[in-house]
Amino acid sequence: MITAKNLHVTFGRGTPLEKHALRGVDLAIPSGQFVTVIGSNGAGKSTVLGALAGDVIPERGTVAIDDTDVTRWNTPRRAGLVARVFQDPMAGTCATLSIEENMALAAARGRRRGLSAAVGTRQRAGFAERIAELGLGLENRLKDQMGLLSGGQRQAVSLLMATLAGSRILLLDEHTAALDPSTADFVLDLTRRIVVEHGLTTLMVTHSMRHALDYGDRTIMLHEGQVVLDVGGQERAGLDVPDLLAMFSRVRGQQLADDALLIG
Amino acid sequence: MSAVALLGAAELGLVFALVALGVFISFRILDFPDLTVDGSFPLGAAVAATLILADWNPWTATGIAVLAGAASGIVTATLNVRFKILHLLASILTMIALFSINLRVMGRPNVAILIQDTVLTPFYDLGQQLGLPDAVVRPLFVLAVVLVVVALLARFLTSEFGLAMRATGVNARMARAQGVSTDLHIYVGMALSNALVGLAGALFAQTNGFADVTSGIGTIVIGLAAVIVGETVVRSRVIVWMLVGCVVGSILYRIAIQVALNADFIGLRASDLNLVTALLVAGALILPRVRNPLKARASAEATSR
Repeated sequence: MITAKNLHVTFGRGTPLEKHALRGVDLAIPSGQFVTVIGSNGAGKSTVLGALAGDVIPERGTVAIDDTDVTRWNTPRRAGLVARVFQDPMAGTCATLSIEENMALAAARGRRRGLSAAVGTRQRAGFAERIAELGLGLENRLKDQMGLLSGGQRQAVSLLMATLAGSRILLLDEHTAALDPSTADFVLDLTRRIVVEHGLTTLMVTHSMRHALDYGDRTIMLHEGQVVLDVGGQERAGLDVPDLLAMFSRVRGQQLADDALLIG
Repeated sequence: MSAVALLGAAELGLVFALVALGVFISFRILDFPDLTVDGSFPLGAAVAATLILADWNPWTATGIAVLAGAASGIVTATLNVRFKILHLLASILTMIALFSINLRVMGRPNVAILIQDTVLTPFYDLGQQLGLPDAVVRPLFVLAVVLVVVALLARFLTSEFGLAMRATGVNARMARAQGVSTDLHIYVGMALSNALVGLAGALFAQTNGFADVTSGIGTIVIGLAAVIVGETVVRSRVIVWMLVGCVVGSILYRIAIQVALNADFIGLRASDLNLVTALLVAGALILPRVRNPLKARASAEATSR
C-alpha cells in the first residue's frame, strides 16, 4: 500500500530554470493494485516515481508505504520495500557483472550485506530455476556478462530481479520505451504475469495510452505536476484512447494535440 | 641481466604488486581515479620506519602503517563523498597534505633502518640455516604476503559486501536502487585501497632499509602500469585472475624496466625511469584504440552499408 499526500517538488529552486515539478500530488494505492501513469513531457511522471523510490525528497508532503512514513528515507533504505525497473536497459543492471551476480545483488536488497559468498552453489541453483521462468534459455548463461544480453532480455531479467527480495512494490519507469514493439509486448506480458503472480502493488509510467488502458487496474494522468485524471473499474473498462484524450481535454479545459501525449 | 638484478626486479615488482592491487580497487572496482597513493605509499614507509626506529615490534609498526594508509584513503573519500569535491582533485589534496605529514612523521626527509630488526629478520635467520641468501629470502617473503592478500581480496570481492562494492563502481544508480549504500562502499573501498598501498610502503621501507619522503612520486603511474600490463597478459573477468593479473603485471613491468635500463645500446639511465613508465602507460592506453586500422575501416563500411 502506498499513500502519498500533498507532494511538492521543485527543481533548481532560486535559479532561472526553477521548475515546480509536483504541485500537490495525492495518491492512495491499495495493496496489489496495478496503476498505469500517463502524461505529457514534464508532467511529473518520473518525479512521482522518484519521490516514491527516494531519489527525490519532496519539500512538502509525505510518502508512506504500508503505514510507515518513509518521506525522509533515502533510496538504499527504501530499496527493501520498493523494486524498480528503469527506462534504459543499461541503467537497471550492471553490464560488466555476470547475470548471476546481478541477481545476487537484487536478492540481497533490503538486508545487510555480509562477507558470505555472494553466489554460492545453493544461490546459483535458485537463480537458474527462477530465470528459467522467463523462457529465454538464460539459465544456461548465468556466468555471462549482463552486457551481452539484448535490451529486451535485460529488461526481462530486471523484472525478475525485482521479485527476488520479496518487496511488495514495483515501480516501472517507461521500462519498454527503449524496446522494439514485439519485444515491448513480450516484456509487458511478462510484467503482467509477474505482477499477478507476486501480487505486487505496481506503478507503471508509460508513454503509450494504449498500454496505459490495456494493462493494470487503474490509470492516472498527470499534468503540470498534478493528478488531473484518475479512472478505474467500470469507468476505465469502457474507455478507449480517444475517450482518454477527450477526458483529458475536458478536465484541463483545453485542447491537446495527440502527439504531445503519445510522443511525450 | 644478472640473476641478482632479476631477483631485485621481482622483489620490487612484488612490493609494488600491493600498490597495483590497491590501484585496481580504486580505478577498476570503484572507478575512482585516486592519486592519494603518491602520498600513502611514503606514509606507510615513514610510519613503519619511524616506529621500527623507536624500537616498536616491526609487525605492530607494519600494522599501524596499514591503518595510516587506510586513514588517508578515508580522508580522500570524505572530501569526495561528503563535500562533493571532484575525486581527482580530492585525492590530489590528500596527496599534497601527506607530503607535509610524512615529513612530520619522520622529522626529517629520510630515515634509515638498516640495522634494526624488521619483519624480515627471522626469515633472514631461517634462510641462513637453509643456505638461502637474503636476496632470495626477501622476494619469497613478499611473495607470501602478496599471495595471502590476493586470496583475501578475491574472497572479499566475491562476497555480498564486495559484490555491492563492484556494483557501486559499475552502476551507482542501479546499486542504490538495489539497496546498496554507495557512499559506505566508496569509504570502505578507498580505505582498503590505501591500506594496501600503506602496506606496500611499509614493506618497501623494510626490504630496502630506508624511508624517503620523495619515494612516493609516480607511485600511481607505476601501479596503473602494472594493472594495465596485467590486464593485457591475463585476460579474464574472473576476479581472482584479475588480481593475479595485477601481480604478474607488476613483476613484468619491473623486469621490463630493468631490461631497458640495463641494455647499454639504448643508452637509458636510471633517472629516465619515470619517462619510460609514462611512455609505457600512455602507449598501453593508446594502443587498443589504434590497433588494426584496416579492421576498423572495414567494420565502419559494413555498418554504413
